[in-house]
Amino acid sequence: MSKEDKRRIMLEKVLKEHNYQESALLEILHRAQEIYGYLDKDLLMDISGSLNIPPSHVFGVATFYSFFKLRKPGEHVVTGCLGTACYVKGVEKIMEAVEQEFNVKRGHSTPDGRLSLLVTRCIGACAMAPTIVVDDEVIGKATKEIVIQKIKDVLGGDKAENR
Amino acid sequence: MKEFGVDRECKVARTGCIGTCSVGPAVLIEPGDYLYQSVTPEKVRDIVRDHIVLGLPVKDMLYSNREYFKKQHRLVLRNAGKIDPLRIEDYIAMGGYSALEKCLATMTPQGVIYEVRTSGLRGRGGAGFPTGQKWSLVARAQSSPKYIVANLDEGDPGVFANRTLAEADPHAIIEGMLIAAYAIGAQKGYIYIRSEYPLAIQTLQKAIAQAKSMGLLGNSVLETPFAFDLELRFGAGAFVAGEETAILASVEGRRAMPRPRPPYPANSGLWQKPTLIQNVETLANIPLIIQNGGAWFAKTGTPKCTGTKCFSLTGKVNNPGLIEVPMGITLREVVFDIGGGVADGKKFKAVLVGGPSGGCLPETLLESPIDYDSLTKVGAIMGSGGIVVLDEDSCMVDTARFFTEFCVDESCGKCTPCRAGLARVKEIFDKITHGQGEMSDIGTLEKSSVFIRDASLCGLGQTAPNPVITTLRYFKDEYIKHIVEKECEAGKCFKTRDEEEEA
Repeated sequence: MSKEDKRRIMLEKVLKEHNYQESALLEILHRAQEIYGYLDKDLLMDISGSLNIPPSHVFGVATFYSFFKLRKPGEHVVTGCLGTACYVKGVEKIMEAVEQEFNVKRGHSTPDGRLSLLVTRCIGACAMAPTIVVDDEVIGKATKEIVIQKIKDVLGGDKAENR
Repeated sequence: MKEFGVDRECKVARTGCIGTCSVGPAVLIEPGDYLYQSVTPEKVRDIVRDHIVLGLPVKDMLYSNREYFKKQHRLVLRNAGKIDPLRIEDYIAMGGYSALEKCLATMTPQGVIYEVRTSGLRGRGGAGFPTGQKWSLVARAQSSPKYIVANLDEGDPGVFANRTLAEADPHAIIEGMLIAAYAIGAQKGYIYIRSEYPLAIQTLQKAIAQAKSMGLLGNSVLETPFAFDLELRFGAGAFVAGEETAILASVEGRRAMPRPRPPYPANSGLWQKPTLIQNVETLANIPLIIQNGGAWFAKTGTPKCTGTKCFSLTGKVNNPGLIEVPMGITLREVVFDIGGGVADGKKFKAVLVGGPSGGCLPETLLESPIDYDSLTKVGAIMGSGGIVVLDEDSCMVDTARFFTEFCVDESCGKCTPCRAGLARVKEIFDKITHGQGEMSDIGTLEKSSVFIRDASLCGLGQTAPNPVITTLRYFKDEYIKHIVEKECEAGKCFKTRDEEEEA
């Protein structure tokens, strides 16, 4: 069975769990994003057909909430917290340094698809401000040196595995 | 502990946040309330050897700032740091679920509402609507079924009180919901939680499963005819979803866009049925009110504003963390006594109260008491309980611009004042911070802010101009300096476009 088929079966299971109900759309999109990594156009069309609701409704919901990713994220994701506490503590400077060092703008990925730089509005760890999340690891009281080194480590780690 | 042979006498337990986030990881040793700060695996060995085996607390590693806790008053966070949140037995041992038992065994729904009314409790979600009054409205509504939605969509950047509560004491929220459900006659409840809070989600999921298996949720709660079932619903990153009609749209699987009221959710909420929407902090107060009586609760705080409030104290302050203080405490006590003053010996400039749509208050207003009405009077709001301290390195014009940008991003786009008005305000800020400001911009900002506040559909638009209005009111000279002298004392503004490109 191909990877694509397996995912579709998992999605079908989720749809069934929710009884194909329109009101479960957010839950379904959450799970779909977990399964596929992001929500592309075909996937959203598929969900719209399965729930028998207009594509405009599904696209409307998917684009309204910032948690849903409509573009394929990079292999590694760096998320800067732009909440108030982090902003006051100078997260902006760290973000600028990361943008410069890895030649990537926030909200985008590097051309080779290895790194995405995203921003979020507060991860709720404000006492540790400023915070940056590298893959799933939260770096509290971050400095640009620590963050850049960490990103280099995760990017380099892959290369070592590939060898 | 095995190494020292004390593993049988001691129990290592996990617990929710103690509130001293700036010196984590923290370890609490009981008896005696010894709190160790910034613990590392290497330090643990010393602590076990000296403290537990020899009975000599390691003084220089103890949390030294007792002031931090002295002025706090812990009701909502009563169990935080005292119980293992993943064990329902711990919660029950602290008296948990006895308030629910008392309700079901000895009180009528009207009796429960009476106690909540007497307590004077007001909604902790920000608006401060009297909780008892809200409950009687939903209880009186004729149609059925009825629903409860617990709001844990803590979207304010810089705020983490609800997250900590859910992670430290999830059963307090569940018990509060059960009591509310009994009082208003609801059989189904939802907890709407941000998907950015994975640990809180896991903790609540476990807690709900435990409550179900112990017969506290389901078709016959504690073997009585009262039935109540509870589900989690996940947000997806929309600040506006904290608004009460928007949260309903989101639970129904739609875009979180507010709608005009009336009809109020008390009469027409989820699927047009009567719905009680309550912040989780409000709900966590309920078991205490039932156990000890409304009159007991009303003794804390001020006459018009009873009880306590949790605040996330952050920014340039020495002791950031999660605090709970009685209503009526002054801002000065919070920032200087509990917070330990401004960090790094810098000068205090302002304190932002109430999140991105709160107000920036100068030093002269630090004597203001913290309660709904006093805060509104000075231009701030209680909001969801964020207090951010700003020092001399913060530019007030840039701060107002930052919050306006946040609200532009988060505006749902439904009503024009908020959608177009805020965007226009942000344009003016961009002009000023790039050195192209004119004196007439100040008047335009003032006029637009008042217009957006008065004409927007929901709380987001109505409060979004607060940072602009308060910075204009208390820090106007900074605006003038930016416009006339093109000077930013904090050095935040006037980056040329080239510099920005380069960065």
